[in-house]
Amino acid sequence: MSTATALQLCLLVPLLGAAGIVAARRRPNLRESITLLTAATLLGCVLAVLAGFLHGDVPTVLLAEPVPGLPISLRPEPLGVLFALLASGLWLVTSVYSIGYMRAKRESHQTRFYLCFAIALFGVMGVAFAANLLTLFVFYEVLTLSTYPLVAHAGTPEAVRGARTYLGILLATSIGLFLPAIIWTYSLAGTLEFTPGGVLEGRVGDAGAALLLGLFVLGIGKAAVMPVHRWLPAAMVAPTPVSALLHAVAVVKAGVFTITKVVIYIFGLDFLAGVPAERLLVYLAGFTVIAASVVALRQDNLKRLLAYSTVGQLSYVVIAAMVLTPLAEIGAALHMVAHGLAKITLFFTAGAIYVASGKTRVSELDGIGRRMPWTMAAFAVGALSMVGVPPTAGFVSKWYIIAGSFQNDLYFVLVVLTLSTGLNAAYFLPLIHRAFFRSETVAPKYDHGEAPWPMVAALVLTAALTVAFFVFNGPVVDLEKSIVGKS
Amino acid sequence: MEHLQVLVVVIPLLAAPLCALLPGRRVPWLLATTVSWIVLWASALLALEVREAGVLTYELGGWAAPWGIEYRLDAASALVQLLIGVVAAVVLPFAGTSAALEIAPERQGGFYAALLLLVAGLLGITATGDAFNVFVFLEISSLSTYLLIALGRDRRALTASFRYLIMGTLGATFYLIGVGLLYAMTGTLNMADLAERLPAVADTRTVHTAVAFLVVGICLKIALFPLHLWLPNAYAYAPSAVGALIAATSTKVAVYLLIRIVYTVLGVDFAFGQLAMSSVLLALAVLGMLTASAVAVNQPDARRMLAYSSVAQVGYMVLGLSLASVAGLTAALLHLMNHALMKGALFLAMGCVAYRLGGTRVSDLAGLGRAMPWTMAAFVAGGLSLIGVPLTVGFVSKWYLVLAALEQGLWPLVIAVVASSLLAVAYVWRVVEIAYFRGPARDGVREAPWSLLLPTWVLVLANFWLGVDTRVTVGLATQAAQALIGAAP
Repeated sequence: MSTATALQLCLLVPLLGAAGIVAARRRPNLRESITLLTAATLLGCVLAVLAGFLHGDVPTVLLAEPVPGLPISLRPEPLGVLFALLASGLWLVTSVYSIGYMRAKRESHQTRFYLCFAIALFGVMGVAFAANLLTLFVFYEVLTLSTYPLVAHAGTPEAVRGARTYLGILLATSIGLFLPAIIWTYSLAGTLEFTPGGVLEGRVGDAGAALLLGLFVLGIGKAAVMPVHRWLPAAMVAPTPVSALLHAVAVVKAGVFTITKVVIYIFGLDFLAGVPAERLLVYLAGFTVIAASVVALRQDNLKRLLAYSTVGQLSYVVIAAMVLTPLAEIGAALHMVAHGLAKITLFFTAGAIYVASGKTRVSELDGIGRRMPWTMAAFAVGALSMVGVPPTAGFVSKWYIIAGSFQNDLYFVLVVLTLSTGLNAAYFLPLIHRAFFRSETVAPKYDHGEAPWPMVAALVLTAALTVAFFVFNGPVVDLEKSIVGKS
Repeated sequence: MEHLQVLVVVIPLLAAPLCALLPGRRVPWLLATTVSWIVLWASALLALEVREAGVLTYELGGWAAPWGIEYRLDAASALVQLLIGVVAAVVLPFAGTSAALEIAPERQGGFYAALLLLVAGLLGITATGDAFNVFVFLEISSLSTYLLIALGRDRRALTASFRYLIMGTLGATFYLIGVGLLYAMTGTLNMADLAERLPAVADTRTVHTAVAFLVVGICLKIALFPLHLWLPNAYAYAPSAVGALIAATSTKVAVYLLIRIVYTVLGVDFAFGQLAMSSVLLALAVLGMLTASAVAVNQPDARRMLAYSSVAQVGYMVLGLSLASVAGLTAALLHLMNHALMKGALFLAMGCVAYRLGGTRVSDLAGLGRAMPWTMAAFVAGGLSLIGVPLTVGFVSKWYLVLAALEQGLWPLVIAVVASSLLAVAYVWRVVEIAYFRGPARDGVREAPWSLLLPTWVLVLANFWLGVDTRVTVGLATQAAQALIGAAP
């Protein structure tokens, strides 16, 4: 199979899966088998693209050209391959988890749920492999629209309200800021292709470049840089598998991935380094990191706490991208993976706790570690990775980001990261302590043990991956080195 | 074949009385549908010929040009004719089922006769090269429209029709006064001839007055903000098929007429340079885009909402033409076609809803996502095109419009286009949310029959097909724009 075919299959497979899911709507077992099969096939296709890419086969696949000079086309590139790999791999794990979760909770509209998931993955693949900004924008919107029904899944007034906030902010920022930024870029550069070294150098003044970057950073609302972060806590009304895959990995990573691509391939590191006002956006992202952690400290709802933690962690990636040194760019890519693995583990555990015990609040978790040892052990691994303690994935990426900011003498980043580490520890460690070392103050409504086995298997696997990434991050670093063109 | 240029108007004109005389429901419908397909075939042939030859002329009755009536077909008019042909050929099959329910049995023949007259009138406006002849066809199409709107099931259709009658007659009269004044100054009614003779007398108060009457009269027909008040009710309460047909074609033909008068007869330099008309039109277009979109967000009736959206979309077209550049004019003509496709599809989808529910109140749409999946999917697809999502026609024309604005460094216009698109998201989404996330639907509501769905989906698919493969539409629009700007003295 050629790389070009594999690339097209990456888009086609989720769509075919979606069709299959609808066709099998009356037979749940067949439907879930199709989901698993689709996820596995998709992972295979992404691996095929990776294999081809490593052999130097980098095709451009033209899908359509609505306006001359504005093609809708795909091309693999290190950052995108990594993102696609992360999303498709975790989709497989999440599918196993979802089956346990959705059946245990006896949720309604399960066909719509699996269908929208498949379409969302179609969007993610398009975002990951987009060869230019317009293509990326199209699939970015596919991702926004396909995840709306997932957020509104419960159909309660609260869910519909949360989903409206979700959609409103994401659409308003993407159409109101991101799209004008794309149009502006096109009118300056005459192209929207992702080009190593950027396309804007020498075509726009300092003030213009800073304003344009600002439009991108705030317009790409999925990156949840304050003040456009409110959609993420609002999205927590969704079923937990959705929060896990989409709002810890796919959707939010699509945001920071897009920002990183814009910084590297549209502006270019060298050009942006000469724009002084670029620092303002580093400060904004730094503020987001700290403020989100402070808000997280005060959350009692476990999922909302995790959501605010995500807001903070996403801005790590944004900061890393805008430190503008090769090491920090690698750190950005690594942190996408590290945070993805750890945060999906945390959401999986939150869902497992909810399914097993019906608890959603931090204050109710006293002593739960004895009833659900596997789940809470996985939680501890995820939490430690958030803080950045070895031997977990979070340590590796933080290391690269800090090393990168030293290269550029950006001590502000150092301060932010240190402070944030302290704050992360301050809200995660008491939780672990509570779960393992305190005794149950209130007896649960019913006696319970672990959640259904597919859920436990999934969360143990992702926790193991979080630890494994600490050791085996070499291939990822090697892969990402080529984006910055230095060894 | 040389007579095709005039036959395309004459055939529906002659078929109309025949329709009125035919008994029953099926026969008049069959005749009207056949005629609409002949019109489509003829207009497609003519468009092909124009692509080759540039301009086709035909002297009616063999009388030479400035004295006799000349039919003149260039890229711009061929494009609009083709558009009317396509929309008519899709809407008339739709009317077969929808009108059977909405129109009293004894009025069926008259209904199809009026539809054909409307089509003939619109085609005539585009076919002729004579300013007075335009007025005649304008009245033919308008009178049949008043009649058709009044046939709506809702009693409010009567007041809507009456209001349109008053405003439409005012517009036509203004146009006639304008043409009369020009005739008094130049002694000719032929557009090409007028264009030659006008510069000599351009600086007189009479000509200035004539221009004012002409433009205001046509803008009434376009429903350019703030002259749009007749439109929302007319579109909302007309029978489904009629709503779709006039929403897709009437205002578009009026926009075409404005382009024709400004660019061919008056000349860009005179109209926009000396009279500074472009800044007035531009301001009104932007105001219309924003206010009408904002008003659309809170409409209780889905078709009224679409009608307000039409007022906003007309703003895009007027905006494009008031930029007075090839790029701007291309964008205006493109949007003229593309908007017809999307609004046609949306109105047909709402026609399917009305067929089952008897109306299109937004609150009644709850649960339709499940009860009428194909209809609502068509609405969503049309809505995406209306918003301007890439890979739909809506994106293509908005992109050209934005580029045309940027070409002249008009940044605020880009912001206005984006803001208006955001409002479109808001009003489309409101319907989607109610249809898919509130429910369940009323008992016994089923999917619309395929005879309604098929035409609807033809237009929906056209939205996507022409949004990806833009060679034909952009080619025609660019050719038309270049010819119009080149023809300006």
